[in-house]
Amino acid sequence: MSTSKPARTGDYRLLWTSLLVFGLVGLSLNAFGRKAGMANRFVEIESMERIEVADVSTVVAGSSRTAIPEITEWVDPKDPRIAAGAVKPIPGVAPITWQVRSLVSAKDAAATDEARANGDASAPEIVRSPIDSIGVWVAAFLTLGIFSFLYRDNPWYKIAESVLIGVSAAYWMTNAFWSTLVPNLFGKLVPDIVREIAIPKLLPSESPNADFALAVVPLILGFMLIWRLAPRGGWISVWPIAFIIGTTAGLKLVSAVEADLVAQAVATMKPLVVLAQSSESATTAANTINFWGTVGSVVGLIGVMTVLVYFFFSLEHKGAVGKTARVGVWFLMITFGSAFGLTVMGRITLLAQRFEFLFNDWLNIG
Amino acid sequence: MNNQTMQTFGGVRGFLARMGSIDRRWIFLAVALSIGVPILLQLRPPEVPGPMARATFEAIEAIPSGSRVLLSFDYDPASEGELQPMANALVHHCASRGHKLVFMALWPLGKQLADTTIKDVLLEFHPGYVYGTDYAQLGFKTGNEGVIKIMTTAIPQQYPSDAAGTPLASLPLVASIKRLEDFKLIGTISAGYPGAKEWVQYADGANPDAFTLVAGSTGVQVSQLLPYYPKQIEGLLVAVKGAAEYEMLVTSKYPVDHDQSRFEEGRRRMGPQLVAHLLVIALIVLGNISMIAGRGLKGGAR
Repeated sequence: MSTSKPARTGDYRLLWTSLLVFGLVGLSLNAFGRKAGMANRFVEIESMERIEVADVSTVVAGSSRTAIPEITEWVDPKDPRIAAGAVKPIPGVAPITWQVRSLVSAKDAAATDEARANGDASAPEIVRSPIDSIGVWVAAFLTLGIFSFLYRDNPWYKIAESVLIGVSAAYWMTNAFWSTLVPNLFGKLVPDIVREIAIPKLLPSESPNADFALAVVPLILGFMLIWRLAPRGGWISVWPIAFIIGTTAGLKLVSAVEADLVAQAVATMKPLVVLAQSSESATTAANTINFWGTVGSVVGLIGVMTVLVYFFFSLEHKGAVGKTARVGVWFLMITFGSAFGLTVMGRITLLAQRFEFLFNDWLNIG
Repeated sequence: MNNQTMQTFGGVRGFLARMGSIDRRWIFLAVALSIGVPILLQLRPPEVPGPMARATFEAIEAIPSGSRVLLSFDYDPASEGELQPMANALVHHCASRGHKLVFMALWPLGKQLADTTIKDVLLEFHPGYVYGTDYAQLGFKTGNEGVIKIMTTAIPQQYPSDAAGTPLASLPLVASIKRLEDFKLIGTISAGYPGAKEWVQYADGANPDAFTLVAGSTGVQVSQLLPYYPKQIEGLLVAVKGAAEYEMLVTSKYPVDHDQSRFEEGRRRMGPQLVAHLLVIALIVLGNISMIAGRGLKGGAR
């Protein structure tokens, strides 16, 4: 976005300042003057419990956790297999308990409050969640900070932008580490350690030695790639880059030819005269022309041919070739206009979503 | 444009010419109002489902009830406003038809969005769905189109376990799947790369007739996908407009008895669309009029 200084900035300073003051006053009244308040968040609290069980044949009376070598399982105390006698709780092992907090809407919270007030003991426990409310305030603060750039560049915007970039980069880096490096690399090089400290459910490999050998290759290529950061020997990183480019080109070549060349050419080769499809009679269908379908086919053919002529540079674009190319330009302009309209639609939707957040979740006026 | 020069010309022509140099922040304010006011007034223009939304709906209706369907969540919260409405409607539609759903993601945050959809839509409106039997969550795998490429021949190699680490072999729904051909339909909700385009190139390209491919896409990306419809992508939901049309088709055949607003997000966002698009068109027309009015005036456009 351009950061050029808008014209006549000083003329509107009073207006913008007034808008800001009115906005702050309105916000204060909304936050403290309304009973419903703003940025309210409610959570449903559900108590959870799991007990450790094992196959009934492996649990003997009086045995302890350590006395059972077989694989055990943590299940809900109401698990039907316990009642059926298929599994049995392991004696001496304390259950694990915790609470699950699920966000619920203000409407659901009010309905539950009413149900509990009317004596419905089965209604779930729903409470106000100050920490989630703070989250809404932070989100609103950052959203407005991003919007503030529309007035002019400012520290508030810089903070919001920096937080967004920092959080995104950190998330991607952490995610890439735990979802890629740990299972795909370390999980094959040192599976026992990974199983012990990171992924208890890491599946055992059918051919650990082959997996280890195969994992060494990307490990070496990875080191070669980051060698670029070293003061000397930057050329070493060229080899893994060549590997990446070669693999990607190989992957894309076949698919591009199949899906984007052959399939698209086949889709373009269709009858110019489209016959209407009638479910009543095949004879009727053969005698009826679908007018708009035919128009669509003819326009499609003209569009494809004229645009191809426009991109044919071996002949000078003058005379018949020039006029045909000119028609192709019109088709291209319509295509770009359509793409622009779709882009505008996407951006408006994103803005509408943020406005919905500000109105409904933060201001509570939706 | 030189404002001091322009101000020397009065009348309508001078006024129109001066409009070309209006402070852009007035335009931002107008856009904000054009979106904010319809939201507060809950303006909802009538929707008529178009052929692409109908094709998507029909594709899911056409496969036998109880078919295995793969849903790939290839987007993140940045595109949630456009894509979540269609994801909600798609999951509700598939579940209403009794299809067995397998979730996956090519984007890191897609897994979390799929989890949210499972909780808020699948289990909320179809509580009979049982994990492992009726639905499964494979989660995110890194590798972009490489993931799809491997899945065309060896899903267990790409996904030896589900997102929670449970081996696929122990989940009845996915224990027997070997390749993408084992699914009747693949649906991708896509915000860019990797997404619908890669599903066409690597999945549909390798097995053109093995399964039905439907896609929902953002407005920015969809112009790249339009050439694939209807041969390679059988159904295409075009941004929030497609979501609104599809929501309408789904809820009119499979209404829900509570929390209807979950399937009205797309339609709710069409009110701001209408007003904001009218504003954008008006601004484009006004900009051109201003340019034409300024022609010939000293300091004006030429």
